Amino acid sequence: MTTIGVLALQGDVREHLQALTGLGVRALPVRRPTELDACDGLVLPGGESTTIAKLARTFGMFEPLRERLASGMPAFGTCAGLILLADRVEDAAAGQETFGGIDVTVRRNAFGRQVDSFEDDLDFAGLDDPVHAVFIRAPWVEKAGNDVEVLARVGHGPATGRIVAVRQGPLMATSFHPEVGGDTRVHERFVDLVRAV
Amino acid sequence: MAVMSDSTPVTPAADAPTGASTDAAQTGTSRVKRGMAEMLKGGVIMDVVTAEQAKIAEDAGAVAVMALERVPADIRAQGGVSRMSDPDMIDGIIEAVSIPVMAKARIGHFVEAQVLQSLGVDYVDESEVLTPADYANHIDKWAFTVPFVCGATNLGEALRRITEGAAMIRSKGEAGTGDVSNAVTHMRTIRRQIRRLGALETDELYVAAKKLQAPYELVAEVARSGKLPVVLFTAGGIATPADAAMMMQLGAEGVFVGSGIFKSGNPAQRAKAIVEATTFHDDPDVVAKVSRGLGEAMVGINVEEIPQPHRLAERGW
Repeated sequence: MTTIGVLALQGDVREHLQALTGLGVRALPVRRPTELDACDGLVLPGGESTTIAKLARTFGMFEPLRERLASGMPAFGTCAGLILLADRVEDAAAGQETFGGIDVTVRRNAFGRQVDSFEDDLDFAGLDDPVHAVFIRAPWVEKAGNDVEVLARVGHGPATGRIVAVRQGPLMATSFHPEVGGDTRVHERFVDLVRAV
Repeated sequence: MAVMSDSTPVTPAADAPTGASTDAAQTGTSRVKRGMAEMLKGGVIMDVVTAEQAKIAEDAGAVAVMALERVPADIRAQGGVSRMSDPDMIDGIIEAVSIPVMAKARIGHFVEAQVLQSLGVDYVDESEVLTPADYANHIDKWAFTVPFVCGATNLGEALRRITEGAAMIRSKGEAGTGDVSNAVTHMRTIRRQIRRLGALETDELYVAAKKLQAPYELVAEVARSGKLPVVLFTAGGIATPADAAMMMQLGAEGVFVGSGIFKSGNPAQRAKAIVEATTFHDDPDVVAKVSRGLGEAMVGINVEEIPQPHRLAERGW
């Protein structure tokens, strides 16, 4: 059976576990390298990217996770997870590290503070109907390398055109939170990616 | 289908306002407010009174900081009326860190809350730790774009705050004491009352709602789902990694630490240890490891020794 882990150091882990379980895969919280070994793919949840990176460093998750990503393990990051999968971060906290893997530069808190957090419908590559997207102190992708496929952009308003969902090989990431709100189509695409490997 | 291609121009001008004041995008919705708290789960939110303390908290792995004028232990020691912080101080903290910044407003003081929203804080804590501004009414929190967290000692109180628009609940505990016993009582009470609702027949829920002094629809929702409709954190008296880990094992989804960090001997190390113990709350080996060599914990006050009128948890209703 396909097993997908959710990095469970901090953040909205339960929502991702529920979404994945609902799609018929085995979903496991992952806090230790041994737990990572059992996974065919990994979700990096929403949360505080600085907190998650520090805990990953302290508890010996950083290098094992980087190695798995380098050897082609599929991963899907939402919000903080997008930051953690990005090769470069603008507005990073001092000394902030990422696992990297996706050739993008992300900007943290790009849309503003919590009063600017919003929900909106977005067209998403490969899905027939728009996704209802929840953005919470969300980052966006400032620059994307040539090998990065853009899956969604903001459709209107002052941030029109900003990249908010990307894919590079087996790695996928969104600025918004598909795990919040009950639409599992984006997770389904990730499960397909994991099964295809 | 209008899937945008890679060639779509990135249009915002450098001076374009950020945010989402567009025709279709909605800010300040329940989902956005409650969702913000979901992202803080498994994390530690630390009281800070200066930008320097905020930096220490961020470096230790806090998921957010709570800006206030004086930590509860000092409010308790110095007495007087305690209020919302100076806007300059809040600006300084917002400037100093990249993690979310929360700030406290007095119970019922809706103008303090308006000011905090205008300063750009990410969450307002309508807090019993400050001197209440209204002894009858809490703030109508639906009227705001910024989300609110409120304290509760039991399920009825939690549901009344949610009815008023709170998007996050924390158990009250007894702030500024370093005595975890009230946090334990409040968390156990809330969780026990939720479990009991789950055992009731539908026709019994009407009476349960009456006894809880909370709206029937909300009571029925909690009975069905077995949890609050918003995130439940703990607060009030947490001073050690073991305190934090115990509160997580008792069902808290995250931890507020007030005086416990910056009233201790080695704030940076204690803050980091509490963050780590919160993540690995169910692993005694980790909790033991991070508890070593932390130096002096804050000097505690036994809640039982505080005269009833001076107990903060009894503010709010």
